[in-house]
Amino acid sequence: MKLKTAILAGTALAFASTAAVAEDMTVVSWGGAYQASQKNAYADPYMEANPDINIIWDESSNEAVAKLRAMNEAGNVTWDLVDVVASDAMRLCDEGLAMEIDHDEVLAAAPDGTSASDDFGDLIVSDCFIPQIVYSTTFGYRSDVEAWGGKEPDDICDVFDLEAFPGKRSLEKRPINNMEWALLCDGVAKEDVYDVLETDEGIDRAFAKLDSIKDSVVWWSAGAETPQLLADGEVVIGSTYNGRLFALIEEQKQPVKMLWDAQVFDLDGWIIPTGLPDDRLAMVKDFVKFATDTQRLADQAKYISYGPARKSSAPLVGQHADLGIDMAPHMPTDPENAKNTFLYNYEWWADYRDDLDAKFQAWLAQ
Amino acid sequence: MSDATSNQVLTTQDGKPLKAALARALRREKMRSLLLIAPLLIFVLITFVAPIFDMLFRSVENQIVSETIPRTVVALEEWDAETGEAPGEDVYNALLFDFIIAVENKRHTQLGTRLNYEQTGLSSMFRRTGRRVDDFGETYADQFIDLNEAWKEPVTWVTVMASPSWIEAQKAWASNPTGPEPAFELSPAALDVLPATSDLYGAFAQFVQVEENDSPTEEDPWTPIYKALYQDLSANPNAATAFSGEAATLVGQAAAAVPAFETVSVKELFIDADEDWGSAENWAVIKTFAPTYTSGYFLSAADAQLTPTGVEMKPDDEQIYLFLFYRTLLLSIIITISCLLLGYPIAFLLAALPLRYSNLLLILVLLPFWTSLLVRTSAWKVLLQQQGVINDVLVWTGLISDAGRLVMINNQTGTIIAMTHILLPFMILPLYSVMKTISPSYVRAAKSLGANDWTAFWRVYFPQSIPGIGAGAILVFILAIGYYITPELVGGTSGIFISNRIAFHISSSLNWGLAAALGTLLLVAVLLLFVAYDRIVGIDNVKLG
Repeated sequence: MKLKTAILAGTALAFASTAAVAEDMTVVSWGGAYQASQKNAYADPYMEANPDINIIWDESSNEAVAKLRAMNEAGNVTWDLVDVVASDAMRLCDEGLAMEIDHDEVLAAAPDGTSASDDFGDLIVSDCFIPQIVYSTTFGYRSDVEAWGGKEPDDICDVFDLEAFPGKRSLEKRPINNMEWALLCDGVAKEDVYDVLETDEGIDRAFAKLDSIKDSVVWWSAGAETPQLLADGEVVIGSTYNGRLFALIEEQKQPVKMLWDAQVFDLDGWIIPTGLPDDRLAMVKDFVKFATDTQRLADQAKYISYGPARKSSAPLVGQHADLGIDMAPHMPTDPENAKNTFLYNYEWWADYRDDLDAKFQAWLAQ
Repeated sequence: MSDATSNQVLTTQDGKPLKAALARALRREKMRSLLLIAPLLIFVLITFVAPIFDMLFRSVENQIVSETIPRTVVALEEWDAETGEAPGEDVYNALLFDFIIAVENKRHTQLGTRLNYEQTGLSSMFRRTGRRVDDFGETYADQFIDLNEAWKEPVTWVTVMASPSWIEAQKAWASNPTGPEPAFELSPAALDVLPATSDLYGAFAQFVQVEENDSPTEEDPWTPIYKALYQDLSANPNAATAFSGEAATLVGQAAAAVPAFETVSVKELFIDADEDWGSAENWAVIKTFAPTYTSGYFLSAADAQLTPTGVEMKPDDEQIYLFLFYRTLLLSIIITISCLLLGYPIAFLLAALPLRYSNLLLILVLLPFWTSLLVRTSAWKVLLQQQGVINDVLVWTGLISDAGRLVMINNQTGTIIAMTHILLPFMILPLYSVMKTISPSYVRAAKSLGANDWTAFWRVYFPQSIPGIGAGAILVFILAIGYYITPELVGGTSGIFISNRIAFHISSSLNWGLAAALGTLLLVAVLLLFVAYDRIVGIDNVKLG
């Protein structure tokens, strides 16, 4: 009899706990240190404040566009909020897979009352896009290369200079960024790069410049490759996301330094998939409002060296949570680092990506 | 006696022809066995064959153009791309009506993406125009409203455009709104004398009701509808006679005023929004890709393209796929041969050793098989890279200089080494299971008859192991041809396969049509090779155990 009561009580308890179980919200991000920074800066605090909501992470941002499209075709979108780079957000918006939002209505205003759309400013590059961070694709180089005779690269064009800086380089296996850098170092003015790249001669020029180092390039496709190649000494200069290089330099203490010249800014942020039922949409909106407010975005910079997308967050950026170093000098947006930056043109690449990608792959295969 | 039986039909005991009875019994047997495999067959059909065909079918599908801009496609039929001039005003008018519907349904950007595969620049042309197209009818909207404020009111439009029965049904519904609003119906009069307006307003009403869950009685019509009304009234000045009551007065007043209206060219509005709309080349692309089915993806997959004048090869600097197909086949053959050369002695050893040792050896063969593919591939990176283990050892032993470190990864060598290692078990296992069945007494007999070791192996043992070679080679080759993770990680630029491009088009460029076409070509290539193999070696000679 006692046993039976115990079992009954146990079952009842189990039911009670399922009844009180939190509402699940599936958030898609990139995994790794970046997702950890999101978790620490706003997902965990949010769950603490809202115990009835349980955030489930899915590390699929890399193929978010393809997966969302497949889910949409199957009529079963299981994601509530997706972290993507700006160009993917534009594509999702174009495809009708991401929801257009009114930024002032959905997002919190800055503490001084500035509206969200003013606070984010130009970084709202698409009606569907909720910016979070500014990151940059830039170069890191080994500071212990004997063949360089004590010199260190300080100019983007040093990447193309095999005589002064011999050794292997790593570049991303896609035309974006590489074509722009090649043209910049072939003497094209920054503001003319995309005009030149629109012409066949411009494309040939860029390829000719890349040809000059082609034999010394290791091409990467995952952001973790360059830090590994630099650490192993396989390459002496390599492009990757600045946060990866920060981890390599400051956390793993490798003899690597940053080459900030002509870093290419890019954005990362949220999109809300279209077609969420009202209750889920309300839940997502509430979370996004919290997760993108001024303090939360500033908090995120404690864990990773990406700049907050809000202007009002910049003064609040403090020290790294574990290392205790000031984060401001490691931000791509820091004035010292951002002396010469390059702005990535989303619209232009949306048009020319297919075309240039075919040419780039054909060039690689030659 | 024999004559008698040959002319007589054999029957069973109950008088039925024996042949028929046998056939029936056999048929029943067949049905029963079919029933047995039915669960698996249905499972395979539903979860494997159907999705594959659905995916492959995308390689020819192209409904998006004719579904998104149907009026334009029809209007374009008259236009000849050879003239080298952009089409006339009527095509732009049709485009305006298609465009406003597409923009409201957020489908214009999808079409832009689709057409951008064929002509660079169309994506932004569609996106940019989409932001402005709602203003294209403004000139007309303003003039109608100046003429009579009533044209501003959604209700006015309903009075003119809706059928009387719908208006009544809507009123009844509005006083007691349960369920959705009755589906909008156009009035026969409007359909008759205002065809363009009816067409567009009907689309508007449907959009408002279905997509926005709202009522046409409360939503302002899109401005191009005013343009449509202007067009209809200019074509048919006596339109008012078809209407009665309030609608007749409104339409009559408008029809009288229309000839004095200020007009704008829709063509110029489009060209003003994006000058590329004036390019005949872009229109030729739209016209070329208007049909519901297209060979465009397959042509792209074969480095060709569809142009208004026919099929031609792509420019040299964009040709890549045929070369990649060739490389995929070549590398797969090299990998298969390397697997055979490395696997045959091991399988031979496995089959010859006493069971105790052979089991241990078999575990060693299988151990890497149980390790994650990514781990094994990354391990090869550590071994093969220039600052890696092998190069370090070679430099340390003085075989090569520090400056002359070998490049063994991020090229074809890397792909061949890593994939040979990964696929080796697929060669060894079938070989082993076949060799296990070869009786050692044959070789002994050959030797006792005077053959030396080599002759005994080559003339007696080897021919018996051929079915295992066939099975192993087919397995390894077919697996190799579709590999993409390993080539992506260790292949650099010269060691990547066609499957890497398929993966790219599926997950990055989202050009699923092209990915499906490439996949179909790969499938056909494999099937052709399979048939060739069957002809040359014979598929009966393949044995997995």
